[in-house]
Order: sequence, then structure tokens, then C-alpha cells
Amino acid sequence: MRTKETSFVGFIKNLPKNMFSGLVVSLIALPLGLGLAMASEAPPIAGVITAIVGGIIVSILGGSHVTISGPGNGLVGVVLVAITTLGLTATYAAIICSGVILVILGFLRLGKLADYFPSSAIQGMLAAIGLIILGKQFHIMLGNKIVRESGIDYLLEIPNTLIAVFNYQDKGLIYAAVAGILSLAIMVFYSKIRNKYLQLIPAPMWIVIVSVGFSYYYEFILKTTNPISDAYMIPGIPNIQEIITDIPTPNFDMVGTLSFWSSVVALTLIASIESLLSIKAVDKLDVLKRRSNVNKDIKALGLATVVSGFLGGLNVVTVIARSSVNVNNGGSNRSSNLFHALFLVVFIVLFSTELTRIPLTALMAILVYTGYKLASPDVVRRIFTIGKEQLIIFFATLFVTLKVGLISGIIAGLIATFIIHIVVTKSLSLFIKNILKPNVLMFKEENGNYFISVKHFCSFLNFNILKSKLEAIPEKSDVILDFSLCGFVDHSVMENVHDYQELFHKKGGNIGVIGLDILGTKSEHPFALRRLLPLQNIIPNNKTKRQKNLELVAGDFELKFDPLKRKSSLFLENFIYFKTKKVEHVFNQLSAKNNPCRLFDITYSEGEFIAKEVVRSTMLYIKTSSSVPAFTLDKEGLLERLYALAGYRDIAIKNHADFSNRFYLRGENARAIKTLFTDELVLFFESNAYYHIESSKDGLLVFSKERIASIKEIKALLDFGVRLNAIINKV
Amino acid sequence: MSAITFKTIGIGVTFSPNLEANINEAARLALCFGSKLVLIHVGEASEKKSSSFLKFLSPFESKGLEFELFFKSGDPVTVILGSTEEKKVDLLIIGALKKENFLKYYLGSIARKITRQAKCSVLLLINPSIERIPCKHIVVNGLKDPKTKETVTTAFLVGHKLGADKITVVEEIDQEEVSVNVDDDKSLRKSTIIKERLRLREEARVKVVLDTIPANYTKDMTIKSQPIFGKRGYSIGHYAQVARADLLVMNAPSKMTFWDRLFPHDIEHILTELPTDVLIVQ
Repeated sequence: MRTKETSFVGFIKNLPKNMFSGLVVSLIALPLGLGLAMASEAPPIAGVITAIVGGIIVSILGGSHVTISGPGNGLVGVVLVAITTLGLTATYAAIICSGVILVILGFLRLGKLADYFPSSAIQGMLAAIGLIILGKQFHIMLGNKIVRESGIDYLLEIPNTLIAVFNYQDKGLIYAAVAGILSLAIMVFYSKIRNKYLQLIPAPMWIVIVSVGFSYYYEFILKTTNPISDAYMIPGIPNIQEIITDIPTPNFDMVGTLSFWSSVVALTLIASIESLLSIKAVDKLDVLKRRSNVNKDIKALGLATVVSGFLGGLNVVTVIARSSVNVNNGGSNRSSNLFHALFLVVFIVLFSTELTRIPLTALMAILVYTGYKLASPDVVRRIFTIGKEQLIIFFATLFVTLKVGLISGIIAGLIATFIIHIVVTKSLSLFIKNILKPNVLMFKEENGNYFISVKHFCSFLNFNILKSKLEAIPEKSDVILDFSLCGFVDHSVMENVHDYQELFHKKGGNIGVIGLDILGTKSEHPFALRRLLPLQNIIPNNKTKRQKNLELVAGDFELKFDPLKRKSSLFLENFIYFKTKKVEHVFNQLSAKNNPCRLFDITYSEGEFIAKEVVRSTMLYIKTSSSVPAFTLDKEGLLERLYALAGYRDIAIKNHADFSNRFYLRGENARAIKTLFTDELVLFFESNAYYHIESSKDGLLVFSKERIASIKEIKALLDFGVRLNAIINKV
Repeated sequence: MSAITFKTIGIGVTFSPNLEANINEAARLALCFGSKLVLIHVGEASEKKSSSFLKFLSPFESKGLEFELFFKSGDPVTVILGSTEEKKVDLLIIGALKKENFLKYYLGSIARKITRQAKCSVLLLINPSIERIPCKHIVVNGLKDPKTKETVTTAFLVGHKLGADKITVVEEIDQEEVSVNVDDDKSLRKSTIIKERLRLREEARVKVVLDTIPANYTKDMTIKSQPIFGKRGYSIGHYAQVARADLLVMNAPSKMTFWDRLFPHDIEHILTELPTDVLIVQ
């Protein structure tokens, strides 16, 4: 166990890194905060206040480690409804009440509320929120402000707006629409361009920089006014003095009304669901594999919401996109959340007037992209592969949410799921009779394994029992989860169990699920069985030209070519490079039994939600003996010198100043690395092309660029690998 | 503490397809324990009925079974309970019903009432059969309860007599006893330590009980102690099912009120879904 003193030293040591990632996160939080607040028709600064209050309070009192808190996109729809029905000041009162309820939920340990919602229904609800955001902001993005009744009406108007754009006569509107479209293009193509300097600043901030720069260009160089119509610029951002003097007073007059409380319930529900989903997803990204204290976090979020409501801010929730950016930039504890808030304060103090130079259309493009990501066709496709019945649940929730409201939508989703479960099992009594039974048995076998047996049925209705058992098992253990006494297991459970399997696997444990195959025929248990189908799709015989060439290369190097997508990527797990990335699959593998080299194409993703970037790349893996110390070797550039400022140290090799200048070498065990880097190895690196090289416990990972390599590059890479392996083996 | 001895075994009989199987099971047990068998029939006595019961009993009579037929009409629950007291029955055998098409068993309403109110030990048979099915594995509860000692000893006696080769003493540990809610890594560590401590404590307690068991009962028997975490009374049935036990031996409930049936606990759980044969020791 770590002592207090060393953890404090570690905290100080990690402070620069957290400050850096806090800065990057604040760059994305600023435009998002402004945009989210405007989308919910609150004053733009409300979003920034939310992020500042959330960042400060949750970083001090929260129970999670690398999450970022602030205004959430899920809440846009609810806040919008609240503001239109209650008015702004009464909405602040509703926000305060929902914060109080959240605190109470935290104390009652009801942070698990989200477990009771079937996952397809939650997906449907999120997609509906996405469509609400997309539908409303799409028009503003193109400079066509309209007011309609419901979310569906806005969506139906989209073609009309598209036609209207081409008929604009007003130059100001045309410029506004162009700014919107360009910003959307930045959001879409940003993730496709892998350039480390470009990627340092998040896409939303690029939009801000470009549009502020554009405005200055007109003002100082062309000496004319900004051509974008004034109606489509961000309305006045108050400066810091104004913010403090103009704190709105929440209006509690409507506390007695039903509409007030339905808003409170909706705010609380969505805030807790969004936070819980985000916390769960961020925990998966955490490099140090820590477990978040969900109830503590809910309490902190609730308190932050109360404070934020009093200061004129919105609900504080845990946000996935910003949290993933935090993890990717080296955030390792809650101080990065605090720094993100402090940097926002600095921005508001220094640049509040500059922010009015941002066109509204550009900001709304960010939200349109967010909305699209929530409701993207990918979501529908994924749900379809799980099962057609999940699609029914998904669309039932989606349509009711759009047509009636969020609470009705989620209730519709619950009912639809339950009815489908009854239809699938052809039995109502299975659920009615057994719902209250403590159907999960856990015990420790003599060999130290945990055995969990589930009886009757296991679905979203009673998953919390199984969950509490799984939570109570140290993740390093081996667990056998037996469903053979179970008549029905639903998709939500399978998905959650799969998450736990990943978590246990990450920490060195294992969950073996048994008894699903003997449950019965396919028709009796479609969820379970469908879920278990192997995920790899078999590539048909018609190979691409590259694949044919790869086959030839394989022959040259006496390797075997395997074009199929493989899920097994265990050998990549120990590499630092993949600590914050999720490997989807490897394909086009060149390998042989007795050859340590293994070349493959790989698909992995970095970040979550709007910050998600899917990358395909070609890499070489070389199996080595375990004596090679862990190190990372990169070409030294500007960014690496910047990293060095943030606390990453470059290891210098004696008598090779040139090598140290040109290469950036990192690792824990500096002495072992120095002995490994003999003259011969250093000379080898100096005289060959630059590659990113990384060593972990028993292997080397070599690649040059974060993209698929050409045949020529592959040959060079393989050749490099073979020679490198020979030298390393000598050492 | 000595085991409960079963001097008189009673069984309620009616003319059902299971009659022969029920009588066979009861007679076999009576022979095993060297006890007297009382067949209780709710209804008027008649020559015809007697002769059909006797037909099934005759193979056992030749092996030295002592038995008695008892006829009395009235409400089945009162008659059977009354006769068990009148005839000083120590063990009452009740057959369970099997759900159609399912491998699940449950007790009829009459049987449930009798089980709840009986003053003697009760054996619930889920699958009475004409041929003998060997009883290999017995699961017995090891609750912290004054009755437990007697129950465990009885389980060993029964195991010894029936030739079982494995007895598992199960201690059910309630979640409340762990008293630490798992929130994060730290509380998980704490709760794991507490659980380990509870496990050791329970095992030590069971060991004390096991030490008092006469040595000839434990001969040739594998004894295992298994702590489980789950709902008291329910989880032991679940465990018996998972462990494929042939007999589950449990303490009789201390008292039974209206509320206990409304919010099932302990024995009530077992009555709604019989995992295996159950012996409730009074």
C-alpha cells in the first residue's frame, strides 16, 4: 500500500501534466460551454459558469479520478423545455432543486439508478436528445433562425433551410452560413488528420481561433466591419465584474406547480444518467485502472449543481468527450478538472470581449456535430446487429421522446423492453414471480475462485443484484458466472457483464461466463445467443490489390498472411501507446510460428464521443526476451520539448549527444535503458529512418505513421524490424 | 449433543399416481433408521384401501418393517398434524409436486401448511421413486443458532445411515454483516478483508460444532465447510442446487407469523422452490 507521503510526492510530480491537460480540456470546454448554454436558450456565459463551478467543486469533493465536469449535452433538451415553460429564473430554481435531489440520491446510495434502465432505451433517449440538438441548431448554423413547436418539426424543416441557403440575398447571412459550414467541416475532418501539432488544440478551439482571427483580419487589415451579420454573432459576453454583479436570483414562486417538478425530475434523471454513463466509460479509459466512487461523485455533482444554479449556471454533469480529452492529454488525477476550471476563469477574465467575435453559426456547428454523433447511423447499425427487437425498443424510446418528452420517452422504453421480454420468453409469470427473489448466489471456492450462480432470469429489472456481487469481488480474481439456472438473460445484462469482463481482464482477473449455451434453443434465448455470436465477419475471397501484394511480401519474408479481422490483441495490452486507446481489431496479419516478427494492420480508437478518433495503422510487433526494459523512442520535435516541460524526462545516452538531440527517449528504469543502448544500437537508430519504437514486458512495437502503410513502407518496416531484432538479441 | 433419532416415521398417503413411490421411499427410510412407519390416510377406513396399502408394503414387511395404518376423516391439515402428535411421529414425510414440463418442484398448499405447523421434523421429497436413488451429497446449514448443533449432528446421522459420502456445512453470511459498502478500490479492499475475517470466524464456529460429532458418523465422509454470501434461507437452497446436493438439512424456523409469509425469508423461500429433498429438523 502507498503511504500518504509518497502519494503526495506523486501528486506534485504529476501536477504539470495535469495542468497541461486541464489547459487542453478548457480549450474544448469554452466553446462547448457557450454553445450548450445557447442551445438551451440560457445566456451563453451560463455554460462557462457551470464548467467553472463544476470543475472546482467536483475536483475537490468528487469520487472519480480523471473525469471532467461541466454542462452536458444530454441536458440541452430538458433545460430548453424548462426555460420555455418556466422562464429563466424559475429554471435556476429547478436546477437548484435537482441538485439537492442528486445530493440526497448520493447519500441514499442510489447512484445506481441508471442500472434500472435497459441499455437500448438509454441509447434511444440519447439519440433523441441528439436529434433535438441537431434539429434545432442546424437552422442556426446555416443562418436561418426559426421557431417551431417540437423537435420533430425542426427536423422536418431541414430541407427548407437547405433550399433557403441557396436563395440568400443578404451578404451577412451568406457569410454566416459559410462560417457554419466551414466550422462543421473542421469538426468532421479534424479527426481524420493525424498531425501532432494540429491535434494539440481541440477542434472546437480551432473554430474559435479561426473565427476570431477572421474577425480581426477584417478589423485591422481590411479596416472594414466583420461581414457576418450581427444577428449571428454571439450576443454580449459579460466581463468578470458584470458576471459577479449580475448574478440572477432564482425564482422559487413556481415550486407549487406540477410543471416545475416535472422539470426537476427530468433534470435529475438525465443529469444522473449522463453522469453515470460517463463515469463508467471514463473509468475504462483510466490508465491507472482506478475505480470511481460513484455515490461520492453524485453527491459532489449535486452540490456543484446547487451552487451553479445560485450563480446562474446550469446542471453540472460528468462529460464524456472532455474527460476523454483529459485522459489522452495525460490527466491523471482530479487536479486536471480543477485546472480546467481555473483556465476557464482566466479566459473569461482576459478574453471575454474577444469571445463576441465568434459567429453563432460556427458555435452551433459544434453542437450540430455533437447531435449527429449522439444520433449517428452507427448507433442504429450497432443496435441492429444485437437484435431486431432492440431496434423496436430504440425507436419506441426515440419517437416518444421526440414527440412527448424525455420522461415519457424513457418510460416508453422501459415498457417496450418489458413487453418484448415477455413476448420472447412467452411467460409473464417468470418475471412477476421471481422479481423480488434474491436470485444471485456468490461463494468462494476452495481454490480461491469466485462462483456466481444466477437463477430464474436476469434482466435490467434485477441486474443490480448481480452487479452488487460483481462489484464486491476484487478485480484480480477469477470468477465463474453461471447462468445455467437462468431462464432468460437480456441484452442489458450481457452488455454490462461484457464490461465487467473487460474491467477484470484489465486488472489481471477473469470472468468466465458459463451456462448460456445450454440454456436451450435459439428461439428461447435470442438475446443471449445472439450476443455470443463471434464478432468477426468473414472477409470473402475477393482480396484487394494491397492484400494480394501483402501475400507476396509474406512469401518473401517466409510469413503467413491472414486477412481476417481478429479481436485478440492481448499482446498489445502492455504498451504505453495503447493505455489510453481502445483496440477494435487487428487484420491483414503477417506472422509465422517461429518468427518473432508480426506485422499487422490495426483499427483502434482514441477518445470518446465527439472527441473520438478512429485510426487505422500498420504496426510491427517483435517478440523479445523479457530482459529488455520498457522504453519509448521517438523523433525529437517541438512537441517533445514541450512535453519535457510538463514533466516527461528525456534520457540522455553518454557520448552520443547527436542521438540525444535527435531522439526522444523515455522510460522508468533509466539505468537499464542506458545499458541497453549500446554504441551499435545507437548507431543503428541514427543511420535508419525514424520510427516510433516502444518496448514493454516482452515485446517491441514499431510503427512510423498513424495510418495504413504502403507495400513499400511495409517492406522497409519488416526489414528494419528484422535487423533491430538481431541487434537487440545481441545485447 | 446427540442427534435426533427417528423412532417413528409418518407419511400422509392418498391414492395418487405417486402412492407406490411415496410408500417405497418411506418404508426404505424406516428400515434404514430402524423405525416404525405410520401411514396416515385422511378419510374413512375401508378394507379396500387397507389392502391396497398393504400390497405396496408387503415387500418391506418381509425385511422386518414395523408399520401401522391410521385412518381418520376431517380437514387434512388438522388430521395429519393431530395424528403426528397422537402417534408420536418424529419425522413426517411429504411428497412435493412437480411442475409440468419444468424441472421445478413446489409444495401444494396443504403440504405447506403442514410444514409450517408441524412440531416434528419434516422431510420434503421432490422426486419419490420406486427404486432407491442413492443419497451422496448432503448440504446442511451452519447458521449461528442454538438449533444448529442438533441439525448438523442429525445431518451426519442421516448421512451415515444413508451412506452419503460428502457433507457440506454452509454458513450463510448476510450482506449486512459485511457492513462496508463497496464504492471504490479502498472500500473494496476493506470489505474483502472483513469478508475474509467473517469467513474465518464462521469456519472456526463450524469447526467447534463438527468436533462434537461422534466419530463413527464422520467416518469415510468428506466434510467441507462453505461460507456463502447471500440472502439467508434462500441462498442455501440455491447453493444446494448448484452443488447438486441430494439432501438439504435445515433448522426449523423459530416462529412463523403472518408477516413471514408475506415477506418470505428463511424456510419460506425453500418451500416455494424446492431445490432438492429437504429435511427440516425440529
